[in-house]
Amino acid sequence: MSASQQYIDLYRTHADTICSHSSGIMNSRRAGALDLLMSTPLPRRGDEGYARFSIDDAFAPDYGINLTRAPYEADDSLAFTCLIPKVSSLMATVINDSLRLSSNLRRSIPDGVTVCTLAEASERMPEIVEKFYGRIARQTPQVALNTLLAQEGLFIHVAKGVNLNRPLQITNLLATDTDFMAVRRVLVVMEENSAAEILVCDHTRNPEKKYLVSQVIEMHLAAGASLAWYDLEESSENTTRISSLYATQDSGSNLTVNNNTLTGGSTRNEFDIASEGDSTSTELSGMVIASGHQITDNSTLVTHSGRHSSSHQLFKYVVDDEASGAFEGLIRVMEGAEFTEALQTNRNLLASQGAKMHTQPQLLINCDEVKCSHGATTGQLDAAALFYMRQRGIPAEEARTMLMQAFMSDVIETVKLEGLRDRLRYLVEKRFSGRRVLCAECPAHTTTDTVEGGDA
Amino acid sequence: MSQILLDVKDLHAGIEGKEILKGINLTINEGEVHAIMGPNGSGKSTLSGVLAGDPRFNVSSGSATFHGTDLLALSPEDRSHEGLFLSFQYPVEIPGVSMVNFMRAAVNAKRKYLHEPDLSASEFLKLMRQKRAVVGLDNKLASRSVNEGFSGGEKKRNEIFQMAVLEPRLSILDETDSGLDIDALRTVAEGVNTLRTEHNSTIVITHYQRLLDYIKPDFVHILYKGRIVYSGGPELALELEEKGYDWIKEQVDAQQ
Repeated sequence: MSASQQYIDLYRTHADTICSHSSGIMNSRRAGALDLLMSTPLPRRGDEGYARFSIDDAFAPDYGINLTRAPYEADDSLAFTCLIPKVSSLMATVINDSLRLSSNLRRSIPDGVTVCTLAEASERMPEIVEKFYGRIARQTPQVALNTLLAQEGLFIHVAKGVNLNRPLQITNLLATDTDFMAVRRVLVVMEENSAAEILVCDHTRNPEKKYLVSQVIEMHLAAGASLAWYDLEESSENTTRISSLYATQDSGSNLTVNNNTLTGGSTRNEFDIASEGDSTSTELSGMVIASGHQITDNSTLVTHSGRHSSSHQLFKYVVDDEASGAFEGLIRVMEGAEFTEALQTNRNLLASQGAKMHTQPQLLINCDEVKCSHGATTGQLDAAALFYMRQRGIPAEEARTMLMQAFMSDVIETVKLEGLRDRLRYLVEKRFSGRRVLCAECPAHTTTDTVEGGDA
Repeated sequence: MSQILLDVKDLHAGIEGKEILKGINLTINEGEVHAIMGPNGSGKSTLSGVLAGDPRFNVSSGSATFHGTDLLALSPEDRSHEGLFLSFQYPVEIPGVSMVNFMRAAVNAKRKYLHEPDLSASEFLKLMRQKRAVVGLDNKLASRSVNEGFSGGEKKRNEIFQMAVLEPRLSILDETDSGLDIDALRTVAEGVNTLRTEHNSTIVITHYQRLLDYIKPDFVHILYKGRIVYSGGPELALELEEKGYDWIKEQVDAQQ
């Protein structure tokens, strides 16, 4: 029996409660999701595209869902708020699965930019939510499960020609004192020639509690729009994160997605980007630093159907201890997508005997006039470099740390947000020197913004 | 009377079970320059690697005492801290590690070993500036990754720059002349000579006499088949240049 049965049962019993916290548009997608879940089991390890990760196992335990939308005390959590220097004061926090906007965000959000809950958006911009919600994501069982249970979500809309001149920062915080499953949903709609940079940080408050995150992110970039999405996971060993990011790109749009797994338990990130228009550009990058018994999976699909578009993928892993990593990436060039330039690179370092890495780069090309390549390497630290450094007096451990950090430097360079780039360097350095990453210790921790209750 | 700096006795070492050094004996006093010459495959680079502690090599027997310390018992980093420097034949490129961070880590690690506080940022930059001048190393190389994209000459200058910063008691220059044009060779040699004191010593490993025109050795040793088979004064290098190695080979092979 698939692990989804308990969620199907839960939904059937509590459908009224779930729907009562949500909007009509969100509710209208649930029947289809239920059908799909009933007919299709959650993917298991060994299924195609899931060489090392079982979604079914991830959803098997009963974590408990906040069906009644009981508010959690969040005061303590404020200390945990993650601030990045020179980045932004436009902040929103998703505590467990409830959105809270900072007072500063409410006060100073530029005209033409909307940040609110999906429920509120369903009233303010019903035609947009109707058009995109649940329509961008591919209907996989894990997406269907999210659609079935999502009660609240984050909606970001940038109107035509508007440039959100400051980055928006979203902190996802799991802070319950019981085991917990958070169902998070995000819809980002970038209208023509709009631009925005968004930084998302995932944190956990109680490392001893078991958390499960089901997250579906849908993005649409209209013609000429530009969106940079940075995601930083610093969660606990007891956290399981299943994240599915779907994006559609119209002509001339630029999408940057950068995903960093610094700490975590079991993580699966899926990226599915449909480059539909002509002359789009897609930059998809990520780093994984896995130790202990961490399992980290990244799965990418970039589909080109327009002409003259480009995509670059760069994923790097350092896998230590008994941890394991997997990268499965596919570039698909459709018929007629002439002059596509697509590149995919995956490089991995195994830092211990027990570390494991699985990599599967793939190209599927149905068009002649294209330039595509992929490459994957898995190896160990360069012994010659290590000896060279030690000869100069750098202790072996420090030399290893420096080399591992250096290995990640080109992924960090893909980050265009300067403050974030510096902080990533700092976090990576700390991570490799074996210290637990705590936001409060960050030298960037300067000001605190007030967070108020959410709208929903 | 000068002190013994390095004393190597009957050193046997090899790689992957194959013995390369078959009983090296070498004594170097403070302030001396020794040249080690020899045909390809005679064990010159193995000797420098073994002395510096390259983990690829295994020492099977013998000893090496460095100013009274058992050198072979030390980690590569502690050998460095104790004052041993190896200028690599092929300096390693380390993408993503900047020269500045690399040198700061090296300098501060040594200071820590000697129970000295870290250098302040301005002290460190001043030190870098002073030492760059010794070999005329371009300032812009400092912001680049270690040896990455450096020309052959820049790499060798960079080695001598690092030597200048670390102020070793014993420098081993492994084929420092290879890949250098005559101007670069002169600059590098001038750098080495500038750094000479009556207390520090140098081992110059080279194929050719050329470098020894600039760095004048006190002693010349010929390494062949893992042993020092001939030692002499500076004139030996000239003789080798003139006659090649064949006469040595014949002499040694005849004895065996």
